[in-house]
Amino acid sequence: MEHYSYNRRRWVNRVMLGLCIGSAGLCIMVLVLILGYTLYQGISFVNLSFITQSAKPIGEAGGGMHNEIIGTLILVGLATAISLPVGLMTGIFLSEFGGPRLASAVRFTADVLTGMPSIVVGVFAYIILVRPMHAFSAISAGVALAIIMIPVIARTAEESLRLVPNSLREAALALGISRWRTVMSVVVPGALAGIITGVMLAMARVAGETAPLMFTALGNTFGYQGLGKPIGALPLQIWRYAMSPYKVWHQQAWAAAFLLVLMILTISIVVRWLTSRRRA
Amino acid sequence: MVLKEKTGYTILDNRLNCLKDKTLIATVQKGGFSIMGLKAWYRHFLALKDITMDIPPRAITAIIGPSGCGKSTFIRCLNRMHEVAPGARVEGKVCLDGDDIYDKTADPVVIRRRVGMVFQRPNPFPAMSVFDNVAAGLKLTRLHSRRRELVEIVEQSLRQAALWDEVKDKLNQSGASLSGGQQQRLCIARALAVKPEVVLMDEPCSALDPTATTKIEDLMGGLAKEYTIVIVTHNMQQAARVSDKAAFFLMGEDRAGSLVEYGDTNQLFTNPKDRRTEDYITGRFG
Repeated sequence: MEHYSYNRRRWVNRVMLGLCIGSAGLCIMVLVLILGYTLYQGISFVNLSFITQSAKPIGEAGGGMHNEIIGTLILVGLATAISLPVGLMTGIFLSEFGGPRLASAVRFTADVLTGMPSIVVGVFAYIILVRPMHAFSAISAGVALAIIMIPVIARTAEESLRLVPNSLREAALALGISRWRTVMSVVVPGALAGIITGVMLAMARVAGETAPLMFTALGNTFGYQGLGKPIGALPLQIWRYAMSPYKVWHQQAWAAAFLLVLMILTISIVVRWLTSRRRA
Repeated sequence: MVLKEKTGYTILDNRLNCLKDKTLIATVQKGGFSIMGLKAWYRHFLALKDITMDIPPRAITAIIGPSGCGKSTFIRCLNRMHEVAPGARVEGKVCLDGDDIYDKTADPVVIRRRVGMVFQRPNPFPAMSVFDNVAAGLKLTRLHSRRRELVEIVEQSLRQAALWDEVKDKLNQSGASLSGGQQQRLCIARALAVKPEVVLMDEPCSALDPTATTKIEDLMGGLAKEYTIVIVTHNMQQAARVSDKAAFFLMGEDRAGSLVEYGDTNQLFTNPKDRRTEDYITGRFG
């Protein structure tokens, strides 16, 4: 009996350990495969003209994604400009000012909003901005992406603000510094690395969003025409080119996918570097 | 002139101008508390009940008593830091120079400038240099912005806190790079820089080694010439060594702290009137 029990425990131990290792390996493998395959498919078509030229009609040689790269940067920039103040202030409210009940209600709302399907956010932006303005526009896309970013920024900002020791708040308040000044000059600087990390993670997340852009930015291969006009973006163009029947466009879609993954990877690595520096 | 600067009230200035006799002026020193029927709660928990006492200006008043008797809560009521805790509430009157600091028109931010505080654990702002730590109170309240003024006040405050000689060459280093005792004196300098009338000290030496403790005790004697000092301490020898007046707090049956005995330090330690004070001082409990 004892012998049997020991053997069984040993095997259960081995199997579970093996499953854990296997799962971890699978997780890494998926990432490596995606990176490797986009790299393999895309890198041969990435060249200077791909980055510097705008799209050309089918049949013409060359052409690139210059306008879409700029478009993605503009959209992410717009979304950040809108969501950073709102998200940060919400985070400050949650951590510094909110009463227990109100704060937990806001926190729950933010968490629900984080899980909102991005296509629904796109439809929402379509209804509140595109329809009244009678035009697809960069600004509506910026708002849609900002809606996705706000809860992420708010929650990460809250978490990092909470890590700032209470003794520092008390020290500042006891000097006769107002609460808002205390937050801005003592608490936020102490949480800055964490806040920046949250903002960059949110940027990385929306840089690859496609669904909300279909309802808002629409796409446009002629470059930036103004905030009230449609604008192109990398994920939109990938989708469009990948759905097309032309081999050249498929190649360009791969190249664009590679570029997009590279952008997001860069952000992730910077975040990693920032967080490791914070711990040091 | 110094008095005139400190008061800031024209009515009082006029009254002072009428006083020709200098001995009379000495009695109108600023920074005395008059506390009447003070009660403090944390949500529904009554932490402090019916404290009535006067704290004299320009002297060191020690608050002693066992853990949990409301000593810290009490001094946090003197600069309205108690209400910072969620659900905290105060009742009663705390008059500083005759003005109730819990009056509806009183702004806690202004009160805290007049009543500074040093905490149990040294808490310099880690992201700021030694210089900026001391200047923080002035810079962040936008009271002084000219560099020359700041430099002067910072040096003066660091000298008062007996720290200048040790840090004058590293004013630009982080405040967190100093030793524990130096950090605590940095916090004292930071509190002094905003020119308060009162400095509250909540067990300022409990996180420090004996040498650092001695330094802080030595410097308190000097500070008492210009500031009212209220110090909470667990250490009865310390209270006996440094204070002029001492108040003994005790937790009652209902777990609310109350004032048992208050008097001159000498009298309280050598000839306590209350049996409980005697028991505590002779080490029979607590």
